[in-house]
Amino acid sequence: MAVADSHDTHDDHHDLHDHGEFIAHHFDSAEQQFDSGKLGIWLFLVTEVLFFSGLFVAYSLYRTNNPVVFEQAHVFLNKYLGGLNTIVLLFSSLTMALGVRSAQLGRNKNCSIYILITMVCATMFLGVKAVEYSHKWDMGILVRSAFDLTYTHPVPTTEIGKSLHISDYLVYLCVIPALLIAGFVVASVISKLINKNMLAKFMMAMAITVGGYFLGVGIGVIFMNATEGETGSSHASAIAEQPLRLLASTQDDHSADDHNKAAGDSKHDGEHAHNEEHFGAHAANGGEASFDAHHPDPSKLDRDIGIFFSIYYCMTGLHAIHIIAGIIALGWLYWRSLLGHWRTDYFGPVDYVGLYWHLVDLIWIYLFPLLYLID
Amino acid sequence: MVDANTRQKLFGTPETNFLNCTKGWKSWAFTLDHKRIGIMYLIGVTVALFLAGVFALILRSHLFTFDSTMLSDDMYNQMFTLHGAVMVFSFIIPSIPAALGNIVLPMMLGAKDVAFPRMNLASFYLWIIGTGCLLAAILSGKGLDTGWTFYTPYSIDTNTGVIYATFGAFILGFSSIFTGLNFLVTVNTMRAKNQGWFKLPLFVWSLYATAIIQVLATPVLGITLLMLIAEKTLHIGIFDPKYGGDPVLFQHFFWFYSHPAVYIMILPAMGVISELISVYSQKRIFGYSFIAFSSVAIALLGFLVWGHHMFTSGQSLVVTLIFSAITFTVAIPSAVKVFNWLATLYKGSILLNTPMCYALSFIFLFGIGGLTGLFLGALSTDIHLHDTYFVVAHFHFVMVGGTLTALLGGVFHWWPKIWGRMYNDFLGRVGCFLVFSGFNLTFFPQFVMGSRGMPRRYASYDPEFQAFHQLSTVGAFVLGVGILLSFVVLVYAAFRGPRCSSNPFRAASLEWQSSSPPDFHNFTQTPVLTDPYDFESQVYDEELDTYIPREFANPEKVAPRKEPVHI
Repeated sequence: MAVADSHDTHDDHHDLHDHGEFIAHHFDSAEQQFDSGKLGIWLFLVTEVLFFSGLFVAYSLYRTNNPVVFEQAHVFLNKYLGGLNTIVLLFSSLTMALGVRSAQLGRNKNCSIYILITMVCATMFLGVKAVEYSHKWDMGILVRSAFDLTYTHPVPTTEIGKSLHISDYLVYLCVIPALLIAGFVVASVISKLINKNMLAKFMMAMAITVGGYFLGVGIGVIFMNATEGETGSSHASAIAEQPLRLLASTQDDHSADDHNKAAGDSKHDGEHAHNEEHFGAHAANGGEASFDAHHPDPSKLDRDIGIFFSIYYCMTGLHAIHIIAGIIALGWLYWRSLLGHWRTDYFGPVDYVGLYWHLVDLIWIYLFPLLYLID
Repeated sequence: MVDANTRQKLFGTPETNFLNCTKGWKSWAFTLDHKRIGIMYLIGVTVALFLAGVFALILRSHLFTFDSTMLSDDMYNQMFTLHGAVMVFSFIIPSIPAALGNIVLPMMLGAKDVAFPRMNLASFYLWIIGTGCLLAAILSGKGLDTGWTFYTPYSIDTNTGVIYATFGAFILGFSSIFTGLNFLVTVNTMRAKNQGWFKLPLFVWSLYATAIIQVLATPVLGITLLMLIAEKTLHIGIFDPKYGGDPVLFQHFFWFYSHPAVYIMILPAMGVISELISVYSQKRIFGYSFIAFSSVAIALLGFLVWGHHMFTSGQSLVVTLIFSAITFTVAIPSAVKVFNWLATLYKGSILLNTPMCYALSFIFLFGIGGLTGLFLGALSTDIHLHDTYFVVAHFHFVMVGGTLTALLGGVFHWWPKIWGRMYNDFLGRVGCFLVFSGFNLTFFPQFVMGSRGMPRRYASYDPEFQAFHQLSTVGAFVLGVGILLSFVVLVYAAFRGPRCSSNPFRAASLEWQSSSPPDFHNFTQTPVLTDPYDFESQVYDEELDTYIPREFANPEKVAPRKEPVHI
């Protein structure tokens, strides 16, 4: 009943006759268990790729049908923040790989440190993403049906928002992580008091992990302010002018109009009122001639940008859900590293979660150029 | 050579087995044993079958007269939608793989369990949650009236329980992925020592091909249904033409899963039939490798034909032609199987017991179902037949005449192994006769109606069709009685039937080397690897009244090996 094929590749890690405490009853050997898990996780990754494939197909289809819209739309995405997130995720893949290596060598302490760094990177990614999302919600850049571009930054109304000059939405997105940090710190202190030192350490690590989110938010806000102007500031934001410049770029005659219009835009800055006619007026004044070739109806273009953002929110949202799932899996690995479970002949779970983490990273590597770098 | 005591221990009726080794509801609810999970699945899909069957009977009763007022038009729409959705997502897709396959597959490999027992249990609970969500559409009081296909834009506009149902189907998809993934890994890594790919029973091959489809196609359905939910709640504009979306894109996505899903339904059935035909003819299966590879071929071709559901949806003519041509190629591996089964029967020593009766009805009904598929794959006839009762009859011949018949045959075949008790074969055959005749009475008239232009999904019809509809309704009730009778025969046998031996049918695949019912670990001793279609490897043992492998038999009483008959 042994496994039919023998594997030479893992010989240095495995002792065929060692039935360790982690070998399930229905497996004959550690090797059989490891091979099953490995094949299982690869198949799972196949299903994940196919799960995302539907969105990639929708993306390709709409981009093929509306190439101009995609060029128009992507300038609303901040490629500096996207680039920052790409670097963060690539770095987390490196630490994950180092974590797998440490587990293979049975070095549980190193493994736990690498996994902690990976988790902090993961939450940092989410923090930057929160800055991006809240900025777009501020500007009315939502899914297709709710799309209502205003080109303005509403003045924050919450106390924290006012004092830090950040969006209200960003404040709301920070509530749950803040509660989590508080919860983990309290849990850590309680565990310490009842002498569960291991648990205290775990809870503190979780608090640090969620802290990564605020690191991401902080860096994200600094990047955002440096590239697009502060939230709630009185001057027109740089992003507001970008699409207009782009609209005008095909026809030089209209560049003067565009500048006028951009100036006009700044007067409306800070308005919370519905702005649909506002944008319609823009297009009629400045951009109409340049649209004519592809989209005779400027208001239609406005709506089609919404489809780009529908796809953007679906893809990045689904990706963010995968990041969160990855953090939970990594937390479980961290706990087992603290317990010292990894041995040279038993490190499967680290290997499997590592593969999953690399896939999540890889999907972002595709999403970033497809969404942010269309030009 | 082993002594009589050892033989008794290995193949006699055991004191403790997987059914009685632990007791209490928790030992079932939290079990990781593939056999118990399989039995729970079997109970689950039976409940789904009865529920959806009752919906069908209500539909057929309504259609008894052309101007019936039994159901309101709205209720009629809800009935056929729920009949389809529950039958497809909760019954047929998990029926053979997750229920029968779960019980039999690891034993056919000589393994103690599937590779991931916890995932197996999770798959079952996801099935319960998913089915619950589907039914929540009824309980919410809103119902569901989109048809099981959830076509946009109607599914976006209707305010019935589309979100419950699509979420249910999404969850059921994960249940199906878990089963498929588990089976793929199990077959790859848990085979018995020296059990190469070509020493596997054909049921394993067909489950493997099924699992490939489950793993590759189901995630696409998952994301499609999520996008539909997002479209319905947020109006993201991907499928909804009001917001610039493309409703035909939904059909492409949906059928990219759902056409391969048709092969998820039929491939395991073909695997069961390959086992039954061979065992009850006591003859080596004809063309083993052709049947094995035709399963894989069907699985792969199944991914390339989804467009034939959309011949009238406004596809380009070129695409339509290509899909039509590839659709015809699916007939080749399907026919390979049918011819091989017929060749296996030729000069076999045929035992016409209940499972074999079901297997023979399968070949007949699947033959009709498959051949009528060619009419629908041909462009010119499809324009005429599209969305008529011809289509309804065609896919019921494949799904009911094919899959349900094979499921019943398989259940009767492995029932003595699961419970260690024998059913009443006469009543079983009566049930099979009722199922077969009731089924034909129900669906054969629908071919005639459809070709004369009776459209599907209509609550009323022209009086000229009434005679056909009445035949169909009577047939549906006969079919219902047949299934009910089989159910009673099986349940009675499971608790009160006479004890049976470990291998009453002289089958040669590994699961028959365990006791009946099997031990918790399936085998008390590593089974002897035998060719699954070499029936001479099993010899009759008088003391135990069963067939055991030649290696274990008393050499003084063993009949010599018969030379294979050359034909």
